[in-house]
Amino acid sequence: MTKTIAIDGKTIPFEDGQTIMDAALAADVYIPHLCHHPEFTPHGSCKLCSVKVNGRICSACTFPAAEGQDIINNSDELNGDRKRITQMLFVEGNHFCPSCEKSGNCPLQAVAYYLNMLDNHFPFFFQTRQLDASHPDVLIDHNRCIFCTLCVRASQQQDGKDVFGIAGRGINKHLIVNAESGQLKDTDLDAADKAAHVCPTGAILIKRTGYQVPIGQRIYDHHQIDAVSLAASGSRPSAALPPFVAVVAEGGRHGR
Amino acid sequence: MGGKIRVATTSLAGCFGCHMSFLDIDERMIELAQLVEFDRSPFTDIEHCGPCDIGLIEGGVCNSENVHTLREFRKNCKTLVAVGACAINGGLPALRNFIPLEECLAEAYLDGIGVENPQIPSDVELPLLLDKVHPIHEIVKIDYFLPGCPPSADVFWKFLTDLIAGREPQLPYELVRYD
Repeated sequence: MTKTIAIDGKTIPFEDGQTIMDAALAADVYIPHLCHHPEFTPHGSCKLCSVKVNGRICSACTFPAAEGQDIINNSDELNGDRKRITQMLFVEGNHFCPSCEKSGNCPLQAVAYYLNMLDNHFPFFFQTRQLDASHPDVLIDHNRCIFCTLCVRASQQQDGKDVFGIAGRGINKHLIVNAESGQLKDTDLDAADKAAHVCPTGAILIKRTGYQVPIGQRIYDHHQIDAVSLAASGSRPSAALPPFVAVVAEGGRHGR
Repeated sequence: MGGKIRVATTSLAGCFGCHMSFLDIDERMIELAQLVEFDRSPFTDIEHCGPCDIGLIEGGVCNSENVHTLREFRKNCKTLVAVGACAINGGLPALRNFIPLEECLAEAYLDGIGVENPQIPSDVELPLLLDKVHPIHEIVKIDYFLPGCPPSADVFWKFLTDLIAGREPQLPYELVRYD
């Protein structure tokens, strides 16, 4: 007999070893997320996928699905919490969408749209952060890094390299690269690497490609992230979306 | 006066792009003019805000005059609205927050290419610059936010018609853009 969980009253099958996120994505149920990517080990850091499992808040991307779980996902309370979390991400970094190449293709921005985030609520930190434009093909703008570690995981788990890491704690946490000079040009990162394409913000960008698709014609200008995310994870036919959507939606899941 | 809704608008550290976008409601302006009357605004040249129903603030806060203007609006407007990216997060002017103010002034007025008679302006008529550009919600309470650079004319229209009709303003997905 198939094992099931219930998400917002909908019965969803799962297999042993699946997380709540895995089961939800397979069943065409969107749970907001930024640090989760179906191809990599879950990290559970962004907390956007917080759901209530039998009354207790858990991260859907790390919590194993188990028989009898009654899960609340799409509630005003949880979406309110998620909006506050997203606002914290916006005020901690320096996210100026109008001047960002990623605008319109940015999952961070798209999650904020999905949550109808109209303001930032908190005072801004305006922290001074650096740019690393040393690499011939790839740019790091630390202003936009949210420490999701997707580039760290992609480099280790898919590219077979170890280009990125997170150093420091708390407010001093920052993205580092694996080179004595601390510069991206001295790493073995290649522009074709998965790690260069998986960033859910404009922190890691491929040079000279930023405006190939004009603002206004980009994915999230026309599609909500729930539909895009589910199409990219394979639970919905991506035929409903433009062909480039699946590529950008989960940070270049299908490579270049 | 005839019981019309009074609206005041201003641009602080903004580019007037949001005001231009507001004007993009085009012929709907005639319909709006049946319902509202403008108080202090670049559209009227009224210099100080009287009691109003709605205040629309474009731009962030970069100098002492911006602070006074914003407080005047808050004092007089029943509903105060942050309009556009700069009012909401400081926007483009806030990019100077990462450079010490002294260096900004030196670059613009002393060391910049083509500067003649270099001196930092210090006339008493000039408002003093703040050390950082701030979004307006850090200074006064803001009731509603209209994101966008600029918010589209449809955002202005949807928001104002909702508010004037007594509905809780709602922006559907297609009207929410940060760029």
